Amino acid sequence: MAEQIIFYVLAIAIVVFSILSVTSRRILRAATYLLFVLLATAGLYLLLGYQFLFGVQISVYAGGIMVLYIFSILLTSHAGDKAKKVSWKRLLPAGFAAVAGLAICGHIIFHNVFKIAETVAAEPTMQEIGTALMGTDKYQYLLPFEAISILLLACIIGGIMIARKR
Amino acid sequence: MSNIPLAAYLVISAIMFFAGVYGFLSRRNMLTILMSLELMLNAADINFVVFNKYLFPGQLEGHFFALFAIGVSAAETAIAIAIIINIYRNLKNIYVDEVNKMKF
Repeated sequence: MAEQIIFYVLAIAIVVFSILSVTSRRILRAATYLLFVLLATAGLYLLLGYQFLFGVQISVYAGGIMVLYIFSILLTSHAGDKAKKVSWKRLLPAGFAAVAGLAICGHIIFHNVFKIAETVAAEPTMQEIGTALMGTDKYQYLLPFEAISILLLACIIGGIMIARKR
Repeated sequence: MSNIPLAAYLVISAIMFFAGVYGFLSRRNMLTILMSLELMLNAADINFVVFNKYLFPGQLEGHFFALFAIGVSAAETAIAIAIIINIYRNLKNIYVDEVNKMKF
């Protein structure tokens, strides 16, 4: 029962704040609403029993990426800036695409997805995650781990090269 | 554990994803477009994790896919923000319909 209440609170927070974050005309407020959405998503991960993913979501998204966003917003806009009103020419196709896609997805979810409400309470321990991340057997992920470390290195170099003053 | 249906999670992530689609198509500021992209990626991550939990609870494939997707999206955001700041430095403008000179 408590889980259901938590789930519905998180669900309402995600829906309301994600819609506010794409419609708010003040960009810093939009970033704050996005932060709330990301935190509520982290809450969903915790509710599903993935504590490690919860920690990663909080530290990478809410901690790292949002600080980057807020810095760049403060660098590129002035206090009290408001975005111009969305013109009908842009609003209509965007709203149509979103509503039509949501209708199709909702139809698929309610008619074709398995009606499962049961799951086991097994939560992966930190040791399981560690061995799966560092092993080379089947269902172990050392190669993607190394690939992503090379990607991050390329990103560091690329970020410095792009953003430096010349 | 719980009796929250699988479809409830999928509905939430679908709403989040299509809010992102709406923002991506209607916004003009590059940073808000990037924020909408972030919403879409996040919705996809939720789907991976939920399918992992409900359909294959003994395994960790969806969990690791979401983990790597978070890492890739962090890298992508950092590079995109570097590019946007560079554009702002050169053109003093980050609105997509006013940045039409790609000549620095």
